[in-house]
Amino acid sequence: MEPTLAISKTALKHQEETEKNNHILFGFWVYIMTDCVLFASLFATYAVLHNNIYTGPRGAQIFDLPYVLGETLLLLTSSFFCGLATISLQNRSKRKVILYFALTFLLGLGFLTMELKEFRHLVLIHESWTRSGFLSSYFTLVGTHGLHITIGLIWMAVMMVRILKNGLTSGNVRRLKMLAVFWHFLDVIWIFIFTIVYMFGALHL
Amino acid sequence: MNQPSKSVAVQHEESKLKLSSYITGFGLSLLFTLATYLLVTHHAASRNTLVALITVFALAQFITQAFLFLHLGSETKPRWKAGIFLFMLGVVFILVAGSIWIMYSLNVRQTIPQEIQYVNGQDNL
Repeated sequence: MEPTLAISKTALKHQEETEKNNHILFGFWVYIMTDCVLFASLFATYAVLHNNIYTGPRGAQIFDLPYVLGETLLLLTSSFFCGLATISLQNRSKRKVILYFALTFLLGLGFLTMELKEFRHLVLIHESWTRSGFLSSYFTLVGTHGLHITIGLIWMAVMMVRILKNGLTSGNVRRLKMLAVFWHFLDVIWIFIFTIVYMFGALHL
Repeated sequence: MNQPSKSVAVQHEESKLKLSSYITGFGLSLLFTLATYLLVTHHAASRNTLVALITVFALAQFITQAFLFLHLGSETKPRWKAGIFLFMLGVVFILVAGSIWIMYSLNVRQTIPQEIQYVNGQDNL
């Protein structure tokens, strides 16, 4: 009888841990939903202010569409690799998890670099956030997204170190799952920035 | 012996994610993004048609990623994730549509009527 009891005890502990992790993952999902509301308020601000250009330029005059497409493809591919990392997480294959998260990280870093270069260019030609209501709301919306990306990248770097040090413990697996949700969410927000800010802007809407 | 079989069930639930869903999601997202980009850069239709089309593409890509990347709808019965997601959509709709409506209305009501604008224009001449 004893071995059975031992098995069921570890199984019970495992189940408890899974349940706890699921609760934390749900809590994180609730946070993501509130972050969506934050972005919604920034989108609403942009929608209201995007025609208030004062003496500054319109969106169509300063947006470089091929460049923006490049940024979009980098982030989308990064989100895809993040998905592959999630699958490797299920199979508990540490090497693949690290490989795919490294690719996610590099593509994300590429995206962030392109975005910062775009911002730098705008500031250098004196079309910064102080110029008009349109530019203020543009920098706030896209900048907040970029800030989230930065936090995601730092988090990813920290997780890499943790995996290398402690391996795929149940705590680390949970954190990586949260990170994956966060990363996919940022790509979802970018769909709307791409369409509403850049594409509608190019159409002079 | 009841417990081990239960934990196996839990693990099964965990491992429902499939490679195919990520590849489909990536392919569809790529398609919607490129379609949007090409339509806009080639001015493929009248402006209103384009705006309607790329709005539909953005929503389609949103739904694609929500289901295939964020795994909405792969939940088992008490669907709290989906529930709070729908609530978020409601809040977002009220926030965005409400802001645009209020500010548009304010703008229209505060704009000087046509005649006064005309008179002011005369004064400047």
